[in-house]
Amino acid sequence: MAKHQISNNIRKLRFNQDEMTQQQLGDMVGVSRQTIVAIEKGKYSPTLELAFRIAHVFDLPLHEVFSYNPDDDH
Amino acid sequence: MSYQEKRSILNLISSVLISGIYFWYVFRGDPTAGMDTDELMHFWGKSILILIPVTIVAKIVIAIFFAVGNTVATREKIPSADERDKLIELKSLRNSRYMFGFGFILAMVALTMNMSVNVMFIVIVLAGMASEIIENLSQLYFYRKGV
Repeated sequence: MAKHQISNNIRKLRFNQDEMTQQQLGDMVGVSRQTIVAIEKGKYSPTLELAFRIAHVFDLPLHEVFSYNPDDDH
Repeated sequence: MSYQEKRSILNLISSVLISGIYFWYVFRGDPTAGMDTDELMHFWGKSILILIPVTIVAKIVIAIFFAVGNTVATREKIPSADERDKLIELKSLRNSRYMFGFGFILAMVALTMNMSVNVMFIVIVLAGMASEIIENLSQLYFYRKGV
């Protein structure tokens, strides 16, 4: 697969949020634990709506959860 | 291994087995020997029409047993399909359709080369099986490698 250019720090944010589990985050945003695992590993780029829902859980703006790295592809 | 990966492997095995066993059962004793084109068309139409409900029922039964078995073994609830599952399903279905389309063209080529109707239907059935294999392998790939 092509390398995704969107990275995130969900794992760190979960840890700082009382060690929230992937299952708990998945339940809160309406996706499976496997999807959270895939997002954290950079194997899946979420839709804009899901990205906003995840950022909302951590009460942070989108750019503090996800970042776009266009140079990673070169 | 995730629930979705296990389900893809199970679907892969079951789709090959169901079609394989069904056509082995239908073709034992060479029933098409001596048939003319009209009889062959009737035979194939009937065989494929029966295969559809057989496959649906068998897949439902297998899916129920798998869901129950997985829940008992892992004590995890079955994850409902989310946006990633739907994307993977769409991409896998696209690959599957390419395969079936290719098989359909091959079947038409067989007809234009004056081959028997039997050959055309065999190519279509094999393309159908191959497209299911491609679909499940694609799902497995996307779940493992990312989408």
